Amino acid sequence: MTQNSVIIYVPTAYNINDFLITLAFVFLLWNFIICNSVDYCGYGKNSLLHFIEILNFRVEYMLLNEITEMFQHSFMIRALIGGTLVSLCASLLGVSLVLKRYSMIGDGLSHVGFGSLAVASAVGCVAPLEVAIPVVVIAAFFLLRLSENSKIKGDAAIALISTSALAIGITAASMTTGLNTDINSYLFGSIIAMNGTDVILCSVLSAVILVMFVFFYNKIFAVTFDENFAKATGTRAGVYNMIIALLTALTIVIGMKMMGSMLISSLIIFPAVISMRMCKRFKTVMITSAVVSVICFFVGLAISYLYSTPTGASIVIVNLCVLIIFTGIGFVTAKISARKYI
Amino acid sequence: MEKLLKCENLSFSYENTSVIKNLSFSLGSGDYLCIVGENGSGKSTLTKGILGLKAPADGKIIKGGGLKANEIGYLPQQTPAQKDFPASVFEVVLSGRLNSRGLKPFYSKKDKMIAHDNIKRLGIEELLKRSYRDLSGGQQQRVLLARALCAGKKLLLLDEPVTGLDPIVTDEMYKLIFELNRKENITIIMVSHDIASAVKYATHILHLDGDKSFFGTTKEYMKSPMGQYFFAEVSKGNENQ
Repeated sequence: MTQNSVIIYVPTAYNINDFLITLAFVFLLWNFIICNSVDYCGYGKNSLLHFIEILNFRVEYMLLNEITEMFQHSFMIRALIGGTLVSLCASLLGVSLVLKRYSMIGDGLSHVGFGSLAVASAVGCVAPLEVAIPVVVIAAFFLLRLSENSKIKGDAAIALISTSALAIGITAASMTTGLNTDINSYLFGSIIAMNGTDVILCSVLSAVILVMFVFFYNKIFAVTFDENFAKATGTRAGVYNMIIALLTALTIVIGMKMMGSMLISSLIIFPAVISMRMCKRFKTVMITSAVVSVICFFVGLAISYLYSTPTGASIVIVNLCVLIIFTGIGFVTAKISARKYI
Repeated sequence: MEKLLKCENLSFSYENTSVIKNLSFSLGSGDYLCIVGENGSGKSTLTKGILGLKAPADGKIIKGGGLKANEIGYLPQQTPAQKDFPASVFEVVLSGRLNSRGLKPFYSKKDKMIAHDNIKRLGIEELLKRSYRDLSGGQQQRVLLARALCAGKKLLLLDEPVTGLDPIVTDEMYKLIFELNRKENITIIMVSHDIASAVKYATHILHLDGDKSFFGTTKEYMKSPMGQYFFAEVSKGNENQ
């Protein structure tokens, strides 16, 4: 478009207002050109009234229509409810997992989850999700033991288990039904994957996870910060590690259908890493992580709907953008504060 | 006077290899014990035993003077993951009160007051709202000491508290611990590699060395062949420097 090259304006930090005015001006100009070329409303091409009408129409169309239309589909409502709950749970657990250096457990579990889902549906199970839950929970306890025991190479063992589970799942699927859309959506997630029962299961499990998390918050903090001290002062660290592993397993299973097993671990890791860059207190890290996770999920879901992109991938990309932005901000503020002290 | 901690004929072993054999010692209220010994002599095993994290193969550990099992203020060695942990100083200190909570999920006002008191006691009020990861090594160690004081007010167990600190901060840390011991009558057990400082501050020394372990007051230790041998080694090392 030629109008974009009309105004070239380099904004600086000192005149942000000027920059906003320029943006508004560009927007108006663009609208003016568009409404002069097409007569949408029958007021005649060049009238001011026409211009305003188009402007209103465009704003309304952009913001309201798309969003209201988005949620006229019941599958979107289901995706919204389920996804919000899952991202909330994942982001809270993620902080603890990332700080304990257990991020790989989440990744390993999602692969085990895929394997068990694929095998369950290949065998012809009616409710593969319910089969996957116990398998993943058992795998979670097993992986936790592997990570705690330094004699065995924990990270290597997790990689072995996750690739094996993936291989078994894919093989089982291709021997029976083939790599159909079901399997594809287990791998990479799908916006329409959630059905009514999934949403109910998801809501119940999320409620359990959130209540347990709030109830054990102080103990989870103590165990995350210093396991040795917690043990020495009579907190049963092993039990709380198991609780964290159990909740992680549940979150992964219920989030897998929408996010895809390849990408679900990002829901655990990204918000935690982003919030740790911004916040200095554990409580604010938790809250920020939850807020960032839910916002990124909304934006990702909207993008996925509007541009028909895979849901999980869109959410991850939004998270990635936020991470890059905050890393940049952190870098700049660190430079500024370093300059202050010199 | 009733002894705070009494160990009788204590033995620890890992998979049939015994680390500590037939060790007996006792600590009264207000004592300052330094546990010294070479790597692998069983210092950390004994620490675990005192904390109740490892059951002795033989013998027993008796806690007296109203000391409960989970009321030992423990200052563990820092883990690498801890150094960049996003938590405020207050959150860290408050977590020391967890042992008094039992199954109750949240801290009470009293817990918060105790945390505040201990922060004041160690002179780190100005750090209260700072993030733990932004503190220097010495400041982090003080915060962990405040947390240990929240967990137990009678007995502190310090596991190499000056590791990684520079000489000036090390000295400050030793003095702080000494003050807690003298002024507030807190019993101290410190695991240390630094024999010179150990004999300077401690009232008792436990030197672990297989079945030739030594326990006694610092004066006795200085006169014992074991102590003299070590001092000769240390001063030799200093001359070489």
